[in-house]
Amino acid sequence: MSDYRLTAEAVGKTFGRRLIFKDVNFSFENNGIHGIAGHNGSGKSTLVKIITGILGPSKGAISHTNGGKKIPVEKLHDFIGFVAPYLVLYDEFSAEENLRHFANIRGIQYDKERIDHLFNAFLLYDRRLDEVKTYSSGMKQRLKYIFAMMHRPKLLVLDEPTSNLDSAGKDTVYRLIEAESATSVVLIASNEGSDLALCRSVLQLENYKNNSN
Amino acid sequence: MKSFALFKKDLHSELRTRYAINALVMFILVTISVILFSIGSEKISETLTGGLFWVVIFFSAMSGLSRAFVSEEERGTVLTLHLIASPNTIFSGKLLFNLILVFAMNIVIALLYSVLFDSFIIRNFSLFFLAFVLGNIGIAAASTIIAAIIAKTGSKGTLYPVLSFPILLPLILILLELTKFAIDGTVIGESLVELTVLVCYDVVILTASYLLFDFIWKD
Repeated sequence: MSDYRLTAEAVGKTFGRRLIFKDVNFSFENNGIHGIAGHNGSGKSTLVKIITGILGPSKGAISHTNGGKKIPVEKLHDFIGFVAPYLVLYDEFSAEENLRHFANIRGIQYDKERIDHLFNAFLLYDRRLDEVKTYSSGMKQRLKYIFAMMHRPKLLVLDEPTSNLDSAGKDTVYRLIEAESATSVVLIASNEGSDLALCRSVLQLENYKNNSN
Repeated sequence: MKSFALFKKDLHSELRTRYAINALVMFILVTISVILFSIGSEKISETLTGGLFWVVIFFSAMSGLSRAFVSEEERGTVLTLHLIASPNTIFSGKLLFNLILVFAMNIVIALLYSVLFDSFIIRNFSLFFLAFVLGNIGIAAASTIIAAIIAKTGSKGTLYPVLSFPILLPLILILLELTKFAIDGTVIGESLVELTVLVCYDVVILTASYLLFDFIWKD
């Protein structure tokens, strides 16, 4: 089990004058699956981007600690895996070339055994040498999972985790998310009942829009 | 090492897509051809040839160097970069890519110039070489940070030359002066002020870029 803790303290975000959410507080640690729910435009993607350090909060702070030590923002990417419909990998490279480049840029070894296992689990092994531009949207979504899991992240953030996936793809994803949650914190931002059914706790973003929360 | 890996990714991507190389090669060929056609059989002065040399370089840089960040933004891969590297790594990798591109581009321009223009005669090669190297570093550094700024805007194509002009103008003016000295055969000792300004420009741009990039990249 990991010793990872993700904490949000009074996190708020505004775009111009528009309030997206305010005073969001939570703390997730070690492992397990947690959810962020809310209707379209409620700020789920904004919150996960703040959690992953892609966006800064307007108020409050997010902190990530590993083994009791705070992780600086510039090192955060080593601890996080992220999947989202708006995440785009390099079309001109094959799946394997993409992952090799990512491993090199992260400064880690290309773990062939782990990545081949993931290619097999997501049914992409036979297509791993084909350019990503020839992939269907479902295959691209499965490749994003391999990208997110290849470096054994302590925090796996999944925004709309089953978009573009067929029922077989969804089953595979649910099985792997549950397996991954034994050793890392998994955070799911979704409206899908079947996605949220996996979660130990669910944060309703609608509750963080006004002063009455 | 991580920056070098990012540079290798960009180089690999460039060799596959020819995103910047094609634009640069075409721009260099077209600009030099237009200058040759407009000169015709007239003999232009050595100073003017030196000036036109940097004009070609400036506009070629404008056409190709913004690609480092603009292509990532247009393809939507910026988020992927956020997830695999720190801002410092990203800036260093992109800067390295632009440096190699600027040096390759300018060496080609210099070779074409020396072959095609009779009046492009460098009498103090060491001085020209120093100005060339320091100037390329300045162009690459300034272009990279400007590309990072404009990549997030709507009218990238227009904004890049507009924003680049005031930032690159002092550099181009010094380079014009030093090229004139090199053509005249002035010794390095008499060009120390200009060379010092060039070094200072590079240091200021590089320092400001590394300090600012974190903010530009984040939001």
